[in-house]
Amino acid sequence: MIALFDDAGFIVGSYVITFGAISFIAWRLIAAGRKLGKQVPDDEKYWT
Amino acid sequence: MTTLEPTEASTAASSVASRSSGTKATRALGIATAVAMTWLLLFAFVFSPADANQGESVRLMYIHLPTIWVAYLSFVVTAVASGLYLFTKKHSLGWDRLAGASAEIGVVFVGLTLVVGSLWGRLTWGVFWQWDARLTTTALLFVTYIGYLAVRRLGGSQHQRAKRSAVIGLLGVLLLPLVHWSVRIWRSLHQEATILDTDLDADIDGLMFFSVVVGVVAFSLLYVWMILHRTRVMAMEDHLEDRGLDIALAERRAEGASR
Repeated sequence: MIALFDDAGFIVGSYVITFGAISFIAWRLIAAGRKLGKQVPDDEKYWT
Repeated sequence: MTTLEPTEASTAASSVASRSSGTKATRALGIATAVAMTWLLLFAFVFSPADANQGESVRLMYIHLPTIWVAYLSFVVTAVASGLYLFTKKHSLGWDRLAGASAEIGVVFVGLTLVVGSLWGRLTWGVFWQWDARLTTTALLFVTYIGYLAVRRLGGSQHQRAKRSAVIGLLGVLLLPLVHWSVRIWRSLHQEATILDTDLDADIDGLMFFSVVVGVVAFSLLYVWMILHRTRVMAMEDHLEDRGLDIALAERRAEGASR
C-alpha cells in the first residue's frame, strides 16, 4: 500500500480531479442522452 | 413549417421515443471501462513501486500518459473523420459528428493532461508552469481545439458547420508531431518520451510499464464509450434542429398557455 509521503495531496488531488471530471462528463452524457431520447422518435435513432 | 399541438407532441413523444443513447453494447463497454479503471487504481496505488528518482510522484504517470494518449487519438480521429466528410461524395454528417465529438473529448483530455502535468511539475521541478517547449506546444494544441469547437458553434447550416470545421480539423492535427517531438527539437525541461520514443524501447520498470498499459487500455475504452454516446447525442440534437424543434415549440406554447 502507498506509504505516507509529503506529496500525497498533489498525487491524490490529481486522481480526484481526473476521475471527478470523467465522472461528471459521463453523467452529463447519459443525462443528455436520456433527455433527448424522450424527444426523438426511436426510428430516427440509428443505434436502435 | 407544421407544428404539433402540445397534446399531440407529448403523446407522440411518449409513444415512439423511449430509448436513450445507451444500448446493451455501450452498457457492457461502460462496465468494462469501470473494471479497467479499478485495475488502474490498484496498479497505480498498490502494485507499482515508487520510482528511485521521482519517488511517489511517479504515480502521476499512470494518468498523465493515458490522458495525453486519448487526446492524441481524439485529434487523429477528428482529422480522419474531417477528411472523410470533405473528400467523400456523400458528405455524411455522421463523419462531422464523429469529428466534433472526438475533438470535444480531446480538449477535455488535453486539459486534464495540462492540470495533472502542472501538479507533477510542481513536485518535480518546483513550479507549476514553465514556458517550456513541451508545455507551450501542448497549451497551443489545447487553445487550437478550443477554437475548433468555437467554430463549430458559429451559425449556419449543418453542412456549413461541417465544412469549415473539417478544414480546421485537418490543419489542427499537424500540431501533434510538433507537440510530441518538441522535447527533441528544442531543449526542454520535460523528459523525452518514456514509451513512444523512436527506438520503441520502454526505459521503465516492468510493473510500471504494465501499469501504464493498464491505464492506456482503460482510457481507450473510456474514449470509445464517450464517443459512442456523444455522437448519438449529437445525432439527436441535429434531428431536433432539422425538425424545427416542433416539440419544444409546442411545449413552450403549453407553458405560455398555463401562465
